[in-house]
Amino acid sequence: MPAIFDVALLASTIRLFTPILLAALGGMFTSRAGIFNVALEGMMLFGSFFGVVGVFWTGSAYIGLALAVLSATIVALIFGFFVIQFKGDATIIGLAINILALGLTTYTMRLIFGVTGGYYDPNLQGLPNITIPIISDIPLLGQVVSGHSIIVYAAFVIVGLAYIFLFRHPVGLHLRAVGENPQAAGSLGIHVKRVQYLSVILCGMLCGLAGAQLSISIVTQFVEGMTAGRGFIALVAIMFGQAHPVKILGASLLFGLAYAASLRLQGGAIPTQFVAMLPYVATILVLIGTRLRPRQSSTT
Amino acid sequence: MSSVTGQESSNAPPVVEMRGIVKRFNQTVALNGVDLTVKRGEVHAIVGENGAGKSTLMHILAGLIHPDRGQIALNGQPVTISSVESAYAHGIAMVHQHFMLLSSLSVAENLTLGKEPTRRGLFDRIAAAQAVINLGQRYNLVVNHAAKVADLSVGDLQRLEILRALYRGAEILILDEPTGVLTPQEAQGLFRVIRELKRDGKTTIFISHKLEEVLEISDSITVLRDGHVTGTLVTSQTTAPEIARMMVGREVFLKFDKPQITPGKPVLECVELCGPGVQQATFQVRANEIVGIAGVAGNGQSELADLIAGLLPSTAGTVKICGQDVTQASVSARRITGFANVPEDRYKHGLAAQGSVSDNLLMGVHDKPPLSRHGLLDLKAIANRAVELIKSFSIKTEKPASRASTLSGGNAQRIVIARELADNKPFILVAQPTRGIDIAASEFVREEILKRRNDGAGVLLISADLSEVISLSDRILVMYDGRIIGELPAAEADETRLGLLMAGIREETTNASKTA
Ligand SMILES: Nc1ncnc2c1ncn2[C@@H]1O[C@H](COP(=O)(O)OP(=O)(O)OP(=O)(O)O)[C@@H](O)[C@H]1O
Ligand SMILES: [Mg+2]
Repeated sequence: MPAIFDVALLASTIRLFTPILLAALGGMFTSRAGIFNVALEGMMLFGSFFGVVGVFWTGSAYIGLALAVLSATIVALIFGFFVIQFKGDATIIGLAINILALGLTTYTMRLIFGVTGGYYDPNLQGLPNITIPIISDIPLLGQVVSGHSIIVYAAFVIVGLAYIFLFRHPVGLHLRAVGENPQAAGSLGIHVKRVQYLSVILCGMLCGLAGAQLSISIVTQFVEGMTAGRGFIALVAIMFGQAHPVKILGASLLFGLAYAASLRLQGGAIPTQFVAMLPYVATILVLIGTRLRPRQSSTT
Repeated sequence: MSSVTGQESSNAPPVVEMRGIVKRFNQTVALNGVDLTVKRGEVHAIVGENGAGKSTLMHILAGLIHPDRGQIALNGQPVTISSVESAYAHGIAMVHQHFMLLSSLSVAENLTLGKEPTRRGLFDRIAAAQAVINLGQRYNLVVNHAAKVADLSVGDLQRLEILRALYRGAEILILDEPTGVLTPQEAQGLFRVIRELKRDGKTTIFISHKLEEVLEISDSITVLRDGHVTGTLVTSQTTAPEIARMMVGREVFLKFDKPQITPGKPVLECVELCGPGVQQATFQVRANEIVGIAGVAGNGQSELADLIAGLLPSTAGTVKICGQDVTQASVSARRITGFANVPEDRYKHGLAAQGSVSDNLLMGVHDKPPLSRHGLLDLKAIANRAVELIKSFSIKTEKPASRASTLSGGNAQRIVIARELADNKPFILVAQPTRGIDIAASEFVREEILKRRNDGAGVLLISADLSEVISLSDRILVMYDGRIIGELPAAEADETRLGLLMAGIREETTNASKTA
């Protein structure tokens, strides 16, 4: 049996953790604005699907990426419309979005591609892997850090931007204020709904990126329900990371590692079914740990 | 620049003029044609019973809600105040009855929220901190700019709210029951700030139920009753009884008879009780007796109440209720033993604001007959109880099923008092029973407490209002620095004797006095 921990494992961790990180960062914005968003899963799935559709129609991976972001953002706005405008229950509407995403992408896949289950065409070109000059030549480090899609590098930049936005930008301050006490924020002349819509839009965009990383980056294909619970794992990452961008990065890395390890262990002595459970078991353990830990207020 | 003293030439247009304001919430008419005129640079008091419409009127002026009818003019110019922002733009800011602060943010962030200083597009923390310091120095309102709001005292929270209004450039400052949560000492501090603002030419509108405060700080007074104006007065030409008559519509007697009764068996016995902030408290409360606790706030009274209620763990000593040792017992076990509790902070510890009035009246006794039978709630008995208590404590609510949060501040408080006094418990702990409650209702609450005592209950009364302690109690204990340092029969107590004990004078301590 090959060693479990090696450079390849780390490289695959980075690829696999990116969708979780992006979705969690998106959910972080809504959760900071006081909206508990369980629709991350559905928004990602829309992103994945329309990413492939974009590539299929135009042959351009970047147009696919744009379409992924656009479609997830539209879905996020629908979610926001019901939650913010009509004050609907966010959990119920979020679950409805998830069900809608699964049904609509499955059905539309049949319409557009004429297939069921999954669509794969070796001629479709996904996002290229970017080789970073100099660093790629460094042994070990180069293998881990270089050769990922643009989305992976964007995700790291977004962590920093999200931090600055939340804790240093006035609008980020408004966002946190709205989430903590909308009445008080409103009494200071902050436009509560506007801020909540902003959080929902940001969430949609990031979920779109997350979906694209799944469907047009590692391999270019769409599979029915291919997000496979990553949106919910992202929710756990938000809780575990106390809705703080840097802590969410850490939490997502942990889950990414669990995914990579489960892929690596498949075909080994342990039955595949158990190995495939690894990321989910890790999530449950983390969730229990988060709940058991005494609550502390989130800080900068 | 202006040297305004409150008596500006009478031909200058009033800074605020509200005419014929009408506001209704569903069936409730909160304001029914109210006029209000406030002169530039004065301190204008608004008084009235609970639910009279004081907060609603001020919410309209501050842009939080819109009137159904009526006009507003500022400095003679007709205006529409469509939002909080537009109120700010007109120089109007309000400090609410329930603070509007964000506890996870810092003082500097709270101060500037909604109008942040920026540098290169980002929040400028240094400038925000500097704003806290500068404004604080100018108006003598010192708050630590780096502190988290969650860690501040009530007095600090209020100072921060006032600072924020000033930061927003307020010329007209609205204070809704600002002294309700303050100790008498803190209230004096607030009055100094109000005088400072007046010297600066700013106008203050001040809501209070305490007529002595109104007489002390205001220049003129508007009296509201049931959504109508029943009087506009010049403070220097009026008296407390006159204001009270306009508020209530009848004479209010601020005195009552207290029949002499020999106290019975002890219902509360504390022996060497120690806990956070409390040291070796030994005392008894007997049946047919009201024991008052006097003391400057922060000397352990609240902690003592929490220790007795079981909300704080004791470190040594014993507590007995009705002869049973409850030192280790849970809150509910203590309640079953025969204990009612009117907590100091009724919004936090006494009410479920999103629950209905009738549910709030039922909590704590919901699982016992006659309200519940065979483990199920008896809805009819519950409804009857609610109707009865709403009537006897004159809680002003549209219907028993209304949410507690739609009630006016004082009416919400009455829910807790009604619930706790309703069942004839042998031992009653009441903290600040008349805080936030209008004078007629305070009279009623005090009479109810006295009635319970005459009917055989023992009462432990904690109040920052010395005259309340003196007039209600049979015996008075004085707390200082966590200890009970003196006891006086109420007949021998007066404000001077108590004041000395409250300052810790009896003990020959040379320690510097505790600063809260
Ligand atoms: N949001 C609301 N929904 C329904 N009724 C309301 C609402 N706000 C106020 N009211 C009603 O309007 C009336 C006036 O309330 P308001 O809060 O102005 O009284 P107040 O004079 O400030 O009393 P207090 O001294 O008790 O604070 C009350 O009967 C109250 O129940
Ligand atoms: Mg009020």
